[in-house]
Amino acid sequence: MSEPQATAESAAPEVEVTGLWTQFGSTVVHQDLNLTIARGEILSIVGGSGTGKTVLLRQMLGLEQPRRGSVRVFGEDINLADLDHLQQLRNHSGMLFQQGALYSALTVFDNVAQPMRELRTLPDDLVRDAVLLKLHMVGLGPEHAAKMPSDLSGGMVKRVALARALALEPRLLFLDEPTAGLDPDLSESFVALILSLHRELGLTVVMVTHDLDTLFALSTRIAVLAEKRVIAIGTTRDIIEIEHPFIKQFFLGERGKRALAVFDQRQAQTQKQIGE
Amino acid sequence: MPNAQAPTLTFSPGASSGQGACVSASGAWQVQPLAQGHAMKAIIALLQPLQGGAGVTWDLTRIDSMDHIGAQLFWNAWGKARPAQLQLAPGHEEFFKRLEQAGALTMPPRRLERLTSVMLLGLALLSFFAHATGFIALLGQVMQDAWRFLRHPMRGPWKEISANIYHAGFQALGITALVGFLIGVVLSYLSAQQLRAFGGDIYLVNLLGMSIIRELGPLLAAILVAGRSGSSITAQLGVMRVTEELDAMLVMGISHGFRLIMPKVLSLALAMPLLVIWTDAMALTGGMISARIELGLSPWYFIQKLPDAVPLANYMIGLGKGVVFGILIGLVACHFGLRIKPNTESLGHGTTTSVVTAITVVILADAMFAIVFSGVGF
Repeated sequence: MSEPQATAESAAPEVEVTGLWTQFGSTVVHQDLNLTIARGEILSIVGGSGTGKTVLLRQMLGLEQPRRGSVRVFGEDINLADLDHLQQLRNHSGMLFQQGALYSALTVFDNVAQPMRELRTLPDDLVRDAVLLKLHMVGLGPEHAAKMPSDLSGGMVKRVALARALALEPRLLFLDEPTAGLDPDLSESFVALILSLHRELGLTVVMVTHDLDTLFALSTRIAVLAEKRVIAIGTTRDIIEIEHPFIKQFFLGERGKRALAVFDQRQAQTQKQIGE
Repeated sequence: MPNAQAPTLTFSPGASSGQGACVSASGAWQVQPLAQGHAMKAIIALLQPLQGGAGVTWDLTRIDSMDHIGAQLFWNAWGKARPAQLQLAPGHEEFFKRLEQAGALTMPPRRLERLTSVMLLGLALLSFFAHATGFIALLGQVMQDAWRFLRHPMRGPWKEISANIYHAGFQALGITALVGFLIGVVLSYLSAQQLRAFGGDIYLVNLLGMSIIRELGPLLAAILVAGRSGSSITAQLGVMRVTEELDAMLVMGISHGFRLIMPKVLSLALAMPLLVIWTDAMALTGGMISARIELGLSPWYFIQKLPDAVPLANYMIGLGKGVVFGILIGLVACHFGLRIKPNTESLGHGTTTSVVTAITVVILADAMFAIVFSGVGF
């Protein structure tokens, strides 16, 4: 593979979707969809049910082939990349599946250790410590490490899945409904964890979520999926200004207003703190 | 793809210059570059002798990028405590802070279960009895549901029964025909060779008729159905357990026994004798064709001779076997399907056990038939 120039790469977008068409049978899900995700941003994809948000994530991971158009991750078209190359690309991205997708035959510990062991060069004690640290990061103590996924509650499954997605310290993290099924307290600590990881590792996060609080707290940009394409992309402020029935309904409903009020309050607080 | 610089570690003893030893690191201390090639081995070999060594200065300012695994590598080398002389690049402080905060994380000691052979034998026996009682309970449940069905036939699960007959019966016609036909050909060919030596060619009809109608037809059909439908029933029930569909049914007040198990057992009991007739016919056709080629016996003679050679009782025994085998396969498949735990390993294991047990049970039942009806039909 030809390595792109280091300078050109830092400017290149992390993910670039151009002219994407997705079709299931006769239903067109995406029609000429374009989306560019810059390095280091936290992009949230919102849209009504059935607008193909999860499908879009799967296409960015190369799990599904689009009918037309290209998906470039780290500057490489993943539908043209050969298997080895695709594997390398995937090693740099982590995915948190909606249902967790933990390996049900492995313990929590082995689930998180699996991607590290796949590298085949990390010594066992390092893997052990790294796994326990990952579990600690998502708020799970070592006493849960020996449990099987079927013995976990829904929220714990999500957290273990997040620990596994983070196992190889990905550059690019995909989150599909990360806070669905978490209690408010856990959602809060989830947001804090993603923010601190974002700061430390400079990772890029692509997130599909319906949870407005998480959405406002995390996203640096929001992409709105409707009418089979991205109708708007921008910061939270920009998006809610847009006159569109879906956006109005999604953000400025009763729940949206409440979440937005909290968001404004927080922003004012941080502004004040910075001012002091 | 990021073309990261390989992580390197240099150790300078520096004893002569008056300062203590100094370790400096540079490059990308991230998991991917660390895992590439022999980087890991070289670093571990260098870190090993420094284990917990005091008085060493750690200069990590030239590290470009770091992640938790890189940080953990240092942390472990330091004996899980921050060394006195440590210089970090800006922004890398957080990794070590997090490690320090996490404190000592140790796995809880795993309980080792040591079982003696006597205990293993006991466990095996207990599990056998658990299966046996579970199986009997299931049989009772099916009986009760069948009684309920008989009393109110209009409210019975007709749709499920018809769907199951279609899947277990109609869709099995192809494979049973193929296997039956081939076995008939082979059996006829081999027997003809032996019979010719005694000049008893015409007894081929007796031999084939008896063995296929009384034994082979029912047994072949049962083994094929156990492999086909038995495994699919077990897997279906298992997946329904995994996806909580079974619980959803209970919550809606839909009984598993009446809507899932009884229809499956009943439709197998109905479909199996029909499949036995079909397999018999196919095997006899194969035998007939082979006899025509090998011994020159005309099919017409074969068909005429068959009722004399094989008393009707044998045919009835064959059909009865079909019913019993069908019920047994259905019960065994449902029994194991309901015991599947919600994980993939249990699903695979349960399906295998179900098929193996179903075939074993069918052969055991066949032996019982042979004993019970030893004086009938000759």
